[in-house]
This record gives sequence, structure tokens and C-alpha cells, in this order.
Amino acid sequence: MTKLEYLPETPSQTAGPYVHIGLIPHQAGFDIFEKPFGNILAERNTKGERIRIEGRVLDGLGSPCKDILLEIWQANAAGRYNHPADGQTDKPLEPGFRGWGRTGTEFDTGLYRFDTVKPGPVIGRRGYKTMAPHVNVWLAARGINIGLATRMYFDDEAALNEEDPVLRMIEPAVRRQTLIARRENRDDGVVYVFDIRLQGENETVFFDV
Amino acid sequence: MSVPQSEFIQRDRGQHPPGFSPGYKTSTLRSPRLALWSLQNSLSEFTGPVFGREELGPLDHDLLLNYAKTGEPIGERTVVHGRVLDENGRGVPNTLVEVWQANAGGRYRHKNDTYLAPIDPNFGGCGRMITDETGAYAFRTVKPGAYPFRNHVNSWRPAHIHFSLSGSGFAQRLITQMYFEGDPLIPMDSIINTIPDPAARQRLVAPLDLNAAVPLDSLAYRFDIVLRGTRSTLFENKLQGN
Repeated sequence: MTKLEYLPETPSQTAGPYVHIGLIPHQAGFDIFEKPFGNILAERNTKGERIRIEGRVLDGLGSPCKDILLEIWQANAAGRYNHPADGQTDKPLEPGFRGWGRTGTEFDTGLYRFDTVKPGPVIGRRGYKTMAPHVNVWLAARGINIGLATRMYFDDEAALNEEDPVLRMIEPAVRRQTLIARRENRDDGVVYVFDIRLQGENETVFFDV
Repeated sequence: MSVPQSEFIQRDRGQHPPGFSPGYKTSTLRSPRLALWSLQNSLSEFTGPVFGREELGPLDHDLLLNYAKTGEPIGERTVVHGRVLDENGRGVPNTLVEVWQANAGGRYRHKNDTYLAPIDPNFGGCGRMITDETGAYAFRTVKPGAYPFRNHVNSWRPAHIHFSLSGSGFAQRLITQMYFEGDPLIPMDSIINTIPDPAARQRLVAPLDLNAAVPLDSLAYRFDIVLRGTRSTLFENKLQGN
């Protein structure tokens, strides 16, 4: 019989309480790299609506987790990812916009923040409808043995959300609400509030991607 | 419009620790109770951030020098090297590898670490690099020390280095830990034991690699890492990318 020579994926391990040292050292209390990665995705001239994404990550008792690493990955305002496998060449790339950022929930408040632009809709899988604007979210921390993947959608995109092939799949439908961020117009700009519930009541939908 | 498809092989969750692992107490309140929703890959999953070498400084990968203030850090000089591969056995080139660890005494440079072992003024404990065209990486450091943590009263972490891998698609994102061959603390560690499969645990243990040691300078350990590979969708889509 032919032997299938696939290699098994390396097992995941928790990022631990000191994940900040490696990935966001400033939060650990020191600076080491000349160009650290951070939570500001958009430059002054980046096209699109400037938004802040803000929220908390809550554990099974509803307490904010203050040591979570979060990363986001998103398309630009036109709905194109800055990656060679994105073949939507009818949409422009945005110079200087990688579409990725990382941060940690703050040790004192438990809040996280990203400053970015609102992404545009992205083509869906072959045979499926366009995906509503969304931000892909990945989180890791002490007590999380394998990174958790979820998506954030926008509450002012109700019509597109209704048609979104991923949201539509989720049953019972009430759980779709866990992926929808709430828009707030604050004095300093537009904020989408997105709390992530790791466990328990209104547990966020996480994906096996 | 034709969109190139290069979906990832379904993740085999049996190779990984379950989210809820009561032996690691902190996981009990931080693990989802409901099933994960399986999601066939779209552009959102098989694309991911691209990082360039020009973003990294010349010493970012060298833990012996990247935080040296008055001299080099104290500890066993150690080279760690290996390849980042995918499940199809191909090297993953140009991918971001980030590492962090305790110093030789088992103390982390972190405002929340209160272990009594001293901070090393010349050791930051983190580094980052980008794999070469074959997926290879290498860095210098000092071997980290074991340290206690509050899981049981007398629980100790074996010496380990944390690894973060970016991959080419966001669905390949992986954080793991590397252990050192021969460490007697490994079999009783509550973190590595969150992985149910003994063979999978063994893959996190880096063997001593004397051939890669630098004579009269540093010992070496070898740690290969496997990220998810892409599927062969021979008839479903255009054949490419695998």
C-alpha cells in the first residue's frame, strides 16, 4: 500500500502569562526592537473610514481577562487582502496597509484597542455569496491551549450580514449576534465595541478554520 | 472572477491539547464549552500577513546580543535551529518566527513575574527572525532555567522556549513551546501534559545536536516545526499551490 507521507502539525501550547515578552515587549515593561509590531494598522493617508475596535475578553465567570494577546487580519477598505493569494485584482491594494495588527488586553482595565479602517466586503468561496465586511480575530493567552479564531462583523451592515455565508451557517441564529460589534460615535471618532466571551452565557462563536 | 484557492488541510485536533484541560487549572474558565464551528477556508483564512526582512533589526534574532548592556547574559550559550515545514514536508520560506523565554535562572523580564531569581541586566529574553528560502531558522541564546508556577504547590516548568509562527495564511497561526532533551521535569509538567498523545508531546522535545554546536563556544538543539499544509483539491478547483 502506498504510504502517505504527510507530517503531523506541531502541537500547540499555551502562550502563557508572559506572552508579552515575545510578541508585545513594551507591555511586559521594556523596549528591545527598533520596529515593534502594534495595534495601529492605518496610517494618516490610508483610504477608508477610520475606526477604532475596542473591547474586553471575558472568562467563564464574566471577569475580564487582562493578559490576552489579540491579533486581527483584515481586508482594506476596498475589500482586498494584502496577500499574493488574493486574486481580486479588480480591487486596489492600499500602499502601507498590511491589514494586520496585534495588541494585549491592558493589565489594569482589561480593554484592547485597534486603530484601523473599516474593511470592505470580500469575495466568498466559489459558489457562495460575498462575505460582509469583517475582521478576523485570533487570540492566545495563559489558560488557552490552542489559539482561538473568531470574526468580528459590523452592526451597521445589517443587509450584508444577512447574506453573509459564514454568519448564515451559524445555528441557532441567536449565536450570530456574538460576532457583531456595536458602533458608537464618540467625541474622538467611531468605535466598534466587540467583547469576546470565552465561555458561558453568550459564548462567542469560535471557528475551526 | 477566478480566485486562487489554496485551502489548508483540516486541522487534526487530536494532535493538540483540548481547550478544557483540568490538569492545567487556568484553562478551566478560559476554554469554550460549545463546539467550534467548522469553517471551510475562504480568502480570510488562507491569506495572512506578510513580513519583510527589512522590518527586523540585525540583532533581533540574537538573544545573546539584542539586550546586552554591560556584557553578555549569564548562562549556557546555546544555538537553537531547525526548519519550519508544512504537512506536505515542504519548507515554509519567509515566515515570521518569534521566540521568548526565561533567563538562565528561570526569571522572565516581565512586570508580572515576581519569582525570586534575579533579572539578568543583559538579557531581554525575546527574539524574532524570518525563515530562509528553505524554511530554516537559527538563533543564539542562553538555555532558560526551570521555574515554579502556581498550578500545584510544588509545580515547576521544565526549561522551555516559546515559539510563535505566522505561516503564510492566518489559519496556520501557531504558538507552541520547545523543551530540551533529557530534562527530568518534562514528564510531570502540567503544560506539556495537556497534549493527550505521548508521540505528539515528544515532538516538542528538541534533541541535543552536537553537529550544530560551535566548538569551544555553544551547544546546539534542533527543533523542526510543522505548520498546516495546503490541500490537493485536484478536481474541485484549478490544480495549484500544493
